[in-house]
Amino acid sequence: MKFIDEFRDPAKAKALVRHINTLVTKIPRPGGRPLQLMEVCGGHTHSIFKYGIAQLLPEAIELVHGPGCPVCVLPMGRVDDCVALAEHPNVIFTTFGDAMRVPGSRKSLLQAKAEGADVRMVYSPMDALALARAHPDREVVFFALGFETTMPSTALTVLQAEAEGIENFSVFCNHITIIPVIKAILDSPDLSLDGFLGPGHVSMVIGSSPYEFIARHYHRPLVIAGFEPIDILQSVWMVVKQLAEGRCEVENQYQRLVPHAGNRVALEAIHRVFELRPWFEWRGLGSIDHSGVRLRESFAHLDAERRFSVPNLKIADPKSCQCGEVLKGVIKPWQCKVFGTACTPETPLGSLMVSSEGACAAVYQYGRIDLAEVVRQREAVAAGRQPVGAGSS
Amino acid sequence: MCVGIPGRIITVDDPEHRLATVDVGGVRRKINIACIVDEAHPPEACIGDWVLIHVGFAMSRIDEEEAQKTLELLRELGEMDAELEAMHAFDRAR
Ligand code: SF4
Repeated sequence: MKFIDEFRDPAKAKALVRHINTLVTKIPRPGGRPLQLMEVCGGHTHSIFKYGIAQLLPEAIELVHGPGCPVCVLPMGRVDDCVALAEHPNVIFTTFGDAMRVPGSRKSLLQAKAEGADVRMVYSPMDALALARAHPDREVVFFALGFETTMPSTALTVLQAEAEGIENFSVFCNHITIIPVIKAILDSPDLSLDGFLGPGHVSMVIGSSPYEFIARHYHRPLVIAGFEPIDILQSVWMVVKQLAEGRCEVENQYQRLVPHAGNRVALEAIHRVFELRPWFEWRGLGSIDHSGVRLRESFAHLDAERRFSVPNLKIADPKSCQCGEVLKGVIKPWQCKVFGTACTPETPLGSLMVSSEGACAAVYQYGRIDLAEVVRQREAVAAGRQPVGAGSS
Repeated sequence: MCVGIPGRIITVDDPEHRLATVDVGGVRRKINIACIVDEAHPPEACIGDWVLIHVGFAMSRIDEEEAQKTLELLRELGEMDAELEAMHAFDRAR
């Protein structure tokens, strides 16, 4: 963890922490429960753990780590579909490196590759298209995933493939969209969140207006936040200030990158290429209406799902996984029954342990957790005894 | 994947297809600049721009100070090498 003196602007960081401490005392907290603020984006989760931001905040503020890591919320059935596509004899399956180790029900893409499937890591969908040009006799499938941040890149690549008339390229589309999942979390019966830190780079594409309903209908403040530790502190301060003043608004701490209207070219490309699916399955969260996109009918020939048959099965997560509860902020990562024992970054059971943006991997890496102590307490709770002392983050 | 990486546009190689070459921490790579181009800022005007790149697409113009701060953040988060490494994954994938 980094200490406040190591912040790029320690004086500003200290002042923010001081202001947050003062403001928090002015916010009513029934039963003394902490204020829960959710950072939606996995990039924020990573920064928060790396810089020990939770430890700088007063105890009355708890940061809940949201579903904004696309690799983490990819359901097992979709990973199985990837493996099935990759094992197709004539297919070159292309993927971002992050997705290689996500466990499927039988194997991960990494294991499929080790067993002989032609799986190749690419940096960009453009690389996948270049592979298709270079190998006209092979079928190149690009595994598209991510929120609105990466959606435009897939859309523009599809448009390029269409313009060039490339016939051996297709996209296995797993893009998801941020607003429906936030709405699903807000609608969940165990909701106890008081405010949100909004995702920075998704908002660079979609702008700030799509979040307005959160303030209007759900009466929760949201502040779009940058990724620097000081950005995150400042955004927490802005949310807390709204709560102290009894306001619920969408504010933009990251104005230097996030225009109100988003990115016009990117949004146009998204709308030309994609349409909403009726529903999409999320690991740990279940099915969420209109939360994913697929290629429009006019691009069906570039859609791997329509071109190849994929099993498309719904596979339940292993029983011992509690990723859903962690994602909704109901339990902390180290409270999961298998955290640090059966589930570690080397042997991930759940996907939150795979990417550095997943809450479990971040806690494991930076959380300074005493694993033996965590396991002892978990067993004590399981045995119905009162734990001694509290787990630390 | 979500934080992106800053780079500086060195040349615009194919204005029609919005392709440019960037320098990212001393490494060169072709990217697509469609999302940062408009009537007021045509491709030719992009040379020298600092941009934030996600999976090979420039998604926003940023100022140099922002670019340097983000590079430093990525180094501290230990993601810089992974990003640069990923940018070259394709050369090996061919
Ligand atoms: S420890 Fe593993 S199984 Fe448990 S919530 Fe985290 S990722 Fe999921």
